[in-house]
Amino acid sequence: MSKHDNSSHHVQGKKHNPNIATILSIIFAGLGQLYNRRYLKGTILILLEVAFLITCADFINLGLWGISTLGTLAGVDHSIFLLVYGLISLILLVFVVIFYVLNVKDARKQAKLIAQGWQPPSIRESMKIAYDKSFVYLLTIPGFILLIFSVLLPLLFAVSLAFTNYDLYNSPPKNLLDWVGFENFAKLITAPLWKDTFVSVFAWTIIWTLVATTFQIVLGLFLALLANDPRVKFKKAIRTILILPWAVPGFVSILIFAAMFNNEFGTINRDIIIPLFGGDGIPWLSDPFYTRIVLILIQTWLGYPFVFALFSGVLQSVSKDWYEAAEVDGATRWQKFKNITLPHVLFATAPLLIIQYTTNFNNFNVIYLFNEGGPAVQGQNAGGTDILISWVYKLTFETNNYSMAAAISLIIGILISIFAILQFRRTSSFKQEGKI
Amino acid sequence: MNAKFKSNLEVAGIYLIFGIMTVIIVYPIIWAIGMSLNSSTSFYSSSIIPENWSLVHYKWLFTDPHSDYLSWYKNSMIVSGATAVFSVVMTSLVAYAFSRYNFVGKKSGLYTFLILQMFPAMMAMVALYILLNLVGLLDSLTGLILIYVGGQIPFNAWLVKGYLDTIPRELDEAARIDGAGHFTVFLRVIMPLAKPILAVVALFNFMNPLFDFLLPSIVLQSSENYTLALGLFNFINDQFSNNFTRFAAGAILIAAPVAVLYLFLQRYLISGLTAGGTKG
Repeated sequence: MSKHDNSSHHVQGKKHNPNIATILSIIFAGLGQLYNRRYLKGTILILLEVAFLITCADFINLGLWGISTLGTLAGVDHSIFLLVYGLISLILLVFVVIFYVLNVKDARKQAKLIAQGWQPPSIRESMKIAYDKSFVYLLTIPGFILLIFSVLLPLLFAVSLAFTNYDLYNSPPKNLLDWVGFENFAKLITAPLWKDTFVSVFAWTIIWTLVATTFQIVLGLFLALLANDPRVKFKKAIRTILILPWAVPGFVSILIFAAMFNNEFGTINRDIIIPLFGGDGIPWLSDPFYTRIVLILIQTWLGYPFVFALFSGVLQSVSKDWYEAAEVDGATRWQKFKNITLPHVLFATAPLLIIQYTTNFNNFNVIYLFNEGGPAVQGQNAGGTDILISWVYKLTFETNNYSMAAAISLIIGILISIFAILQFRRTSSFKQEGKI
Repeated sequence: MNAKFKSNLEVAGIYLIFGIMTVIIVYPIIWAIGMSLNSSTSFYSSSIIPENWSLVHYKWLFTDPHSDYLSWYKNSMIVSGATAVFSVVMTSLVAYAFSRYNFVGKKSGLYTFLILQMFPAMMAMVALYILLNLVGLLDSLTGLILIYVGGQIPFNAWLVKGYLDTIPRELDEAARIDGAGHFTVFLRVIMPLAKPILAVVALFNFMNPLFDFLLPSIVLQSSENYTLALGLFNFINDQFSNNFTRFAAGAILIAAPVAVLYLFLQRYLISGLTAGGTKG
């Protein structure tokens, strides 16, 4: 209908060439929009690009040079600064490219519409539309900027460090860093000291994660089932007591445990083991075997209340009808548990249970606060109960071996993200995508 | 053996298990309280039930010129409070965008969050240390707060988005028809309905900095800037046997209010978690 009404625009539209708009906006952002007679938008885009060129071009130039060379003059160029500038430049460039692509797409799309006789809205209207469209970016941009600087940049930086030779003896500004490729990773697999440590720390990390987490889930489930028994009275009091370990700040509990298990003056040896069994007590903190057992028990103590509380909530939602139907069929208690309770509970809480495993995989607090990852082990540069993350911490802050620490962090990251992707690909939130 | 007797025996067994659990749970707590009330600073002489009760360690924490306890408490409250407030603001904005709008990069943004939430901040600890040093935010509470607020976005944005997705869109549309703008819909329609999950986010982000040891130990260096977790750890790490009783006193002063708060709020915590969390 508009074709007939706006015949003059239709004629004007015939001459409007989308290709010219495309090429113009590739040459300089905003030119295509000017050609489309969107003067305000075009001017803003041009100003943005000019401002960007004036302020950031030199910086990006320096950054790109810095990240590729890591500096050329020892004592003058600071490799770490250059690396950070380089990463910021790369992030900026990604955004510039996205911005440019959008600018070109916008110019082309509007030129096409104009060629078909579409009349651009007035400035007032288009500002309203622009506000509507950009509102979502107003919402997200503060968060994204913070995310970039507090999460993304550090992660990229850590990844980069894994491929450099940054340690105590080779550190800026006195020395220059170099890109060394996969040397650090090769060292983890081939150099005897690193290899032995890596293998034993890795193995313990896996055992720790599986055993401690499974214990806390099983204990939590078991207690939730007991507390849910209709014959049990004082349920509220029992629940409150059982949840107490969750309510006490974790670091406080761990430090208290560290004192309780102290070999010389801890209450466990002094008041329980020695009076009951005699002898000199058990070397809780100096024998890796005992330290590991205690760590798993402590984590069970710390972790089960959350699972317990979670399961208690879910158990109350299991329909009584199912159990009654099962009783009519003569099911045993075990059958009812296996076929009704367990599937129901696990289905409702699976993602949270899996998060329990990944949390324990990186559970630095328990390991470090209890015994600082110790006791020390001969022929290794990690303690007997160090997990990967606490080993990284020691490498970073005790021996300043930044590159190796970063390399191990990267391995942790890769393991976790594989796990995460496998797990979360199936969750439902993704299927709800794009409803609006 | 009739059924009644068997049932009673079972119930007795259940109570026995609860009894054992109670001992295991309460023993460390009682022990720590006993320690904190013990008048001597030394470990060796102390038994669980102290012979001479005294509040001398509590007094020391507050009055002794060598004690930084009050400034640790203050720092912890500043960090936790600021993190909670800014986290709620940032997260609700981002989650609202992801729940209600379509925009360039929405899907890849969600994927990025999903992967980023799996990486603990500590994975980048080398980098955080060096970066904060670069921009002069090392040893400052501001740097710590920034990292907490930024780091929580991925996980909590998912949590809140999951919750917002359950709020019927008809409500926003009705408000739109009545002439409400973007911000009005957000503030007047969505936010009031999202209160339960926002309370969970606020609580998590208040508690997390309060309990965290790793990040403060990387960022903060001078004793007067310590948070409670870091300060109390150094208390017993320096001269373990001398200061444990003081540590116990300091720990109880933070553990008691937090425990009470938790016991009050745990029901909401769980329902918030299962609402957002089980949906993924």
